[in-house]
Amino acid sequence: MGCEKGTRAFLQGSEACVEAALIAGCRFFAGYPISPANEISEHMAARLPKVGGVFLQMEDELASIGAVVGASWCGVKAMTATSGPGFSLMQETIGWAFMTETPCVIVDVQRVGPGTGQATKCAQGDVMQARWGTHGDYMAVSLCPNSVQEIFELTIRAFNLAEKYRTPVIILADETTMHLREHLLIPPSESIEIVNRKKPKAGEQAFFGLESVAPMPSIGEGFNVAVTGSTHDERGVRFTADPTVHRRVVEAINNKIRKNIDDIVEVESYNIEDCRVGIVAYGITSRAIYEAVDEAEKRGVKVGYVRLKTLWPFPEKPVQRLAENAEKIIVPEMNLGQIVNEVKRVAGCTAEVVPLNKIGGGELITPEEILDKILEG
Amino acid sequence: MREGFSPSKYLRPGLRFPFCPGCGLYVLSDTFLRAVYELGYDDFRKFCFVSGIGCSSWIPSPYYLADSVHTLHGRSIPVATSIKLLRPGLHVVVFGGDGDIVGIGMGHFIHAARRNTDILVIMGNNMIYGMTGGQVAPTTPLKTRTTTTPYGSFEHPLDAARLAAVAGANYSARWTTAHPKELKECFKKALQMDGFRFIEVVAQCPTAYGRRAGFKDIGEMLKWFRENAVPVTEAEKMGEEELEGKIVVGEFVQRRRLTLVESVYAVLKEAAQKYA
Repeated sequence: MGCEKGTRAFLQGSEACVEAALIAGCRFFAGYPISPANEISEHMAARLPKVGGVFLQMEDELASIGAVVGASWCGVKAMTATSGPGFSLMQETIGWAFMTETPCVIVDVQRVGPGTGQATKCAQGDVMQARWGTHGDYMAVSLCPNSVQEIFELTIRAFNLAEKYRTPVIILADETTMHLREHLLIPPSESIEIVNRKKPKAGEQAFFGLESVAPMPSIGEGFNVAVTGSTHDERGVRFTADPTVHRRVVEAINNKIRKNIDDIVEVESYNIEDCRVGIVAYGITSRAIYEAVDEAEKRGVKVGYVRLKTLWPFPEKPVQRLAENAEKIIVPEMNLGQIVNEVKRVAGCTAEVVPLNKIGGGELITPEEILDKILEG
Repeated sequence: MREGFSPSKYLRPGLRFPFCPGCGLYVLSDTFLRAVYELGYDDFRKFCFVSGIGCSSWIPSPYYLADSVHTLHGRSIPVATSIKLLRPGLHVVVFGGDGDIVGIGMGHFIHAARRNTDILVIMGNNMIYGMTGGQVAPTTPLKTRTTTTPYGSFEHPLDAARLAAVAGANYSARWTTAHPKELKECFKKALQMDGFRFIEVVAQCPTAYGRRAGFKDIGEMLKWFRENAVPVTEAEKMGEEELEGKIVVGEFVQRRRLTLVESVYAVLKEAAQKYA
């Protein structure tokens, strides 16, 4: 197993997610059974006690995410995993986590919706739910892996971003990627960067809505911290009608993400400076673009792509650069058009934006279908 | 010599409770603080408070000089659950109203009792949704006029204290704000126990309940509590019809069942030995 650059393993996406979470320092997990996210809970239930962590199966998703937020306020890195319907149930509490600036990681293993839809089949229908699922003004952070290796890497990154910016981070995975079994290289632990939240010094009293990310005390440390999802000042004291206090705290939770977009956004790009056709893709769908690009190049069509590893905040800059060169941009998605509207928003004036959509039954978009779109017109 | 009881040393300086004049929650909070004092605690260093949404939930947050987590409507118990498991040395106390704990939060309430989660849940039961202006609650007595039952409530009210006992709590009791002495002893007893402990405090809401239900003043509401209170032991001998409109008070259960903290830490110990 071992080799000098780390450990090689052959794991399912769910297992990689759990191992990465543990390496990142996750020591609390609460979840509720739902397909196709159960493997994450099951691995966590087995693995967490071995490292001294607590696993709880709660009575529903509302309880699960609530317990996760409570754990985080005890200074413990915490995570939950679910799928579309459970993710919907969690939304109110996710908003509470944004407002209370609580670091936590939520894995959404997307399945076919709306409603119960097709519980075990792959889809990408939760893109906008990940961005706008709860009420009010906030900036969501959402990462989107397309391989087992990347599930591992982005899970660690999700915890790091959550801790660094004191915010919930959503891993927007999908059924197929999470169920893939692939080779994985786990780097040596000393080469993995682990970020921990900033702690307050003794006597500090300002824990919320600061210009830069506020230090976060833990329960039981003697800070008498008042945590509330209602509009609050920097001490956590509620102001339920004051417009100035509200603007201050909400602008702060938005600005800490907005001002750090370049740090948060990660994409894989190819040929974006020299292409006639562009592709913007993410998640399992992006696995089909490589072959399509090769085939198109064999036919003399230069294709570039931006693969979104960060979905939210939307990677505007690389998509704009792609649009400066490409005449048209194809956006394949396993929904009826969600991220395509973001692409149109940032690139619609400079390039033709072409959706390529497929839903139902977990049928993936194939390289041939993307190739046909590339060669069209 | 220890200083005498003063509520102010447990309260965050510069803030005042927002409750209406005559609200039962003043008595509830004061009685709780006295119990804490009499148990020998001069501050809240050994406590964490968790609450939901509603008037009762505002008691600890942010007014108690303590760590307090003010959660969403109905969601205090799951948040308190993880806090207790990760900070087992603290008293984790949940404050909530009837709407919060046994309306929207009912599922969590029953499951916490079933798990025997080591938290103390104090439910201020004013039999109404007070903060939102007086809508009918799951605890509103039959035929009561509220803003959403202008012809009188047509649903049976819930017996939360009995439900907690049946669901598996180590301790469950009910008193009213007309019984502060008994209530204080309950708080003291519950704070010295493990497992799920539930104390229901029937508390007057003169603004949203009393006015519409036809009470002239707070004294009349307290008189209603006193005159209709029936001890558990007596209630057991009474028929359902006789008990209609009565407030059964006292202890519904007191026992020593395996608790969630004990179970979870047993698992952790086993795993540590096995995989060390």
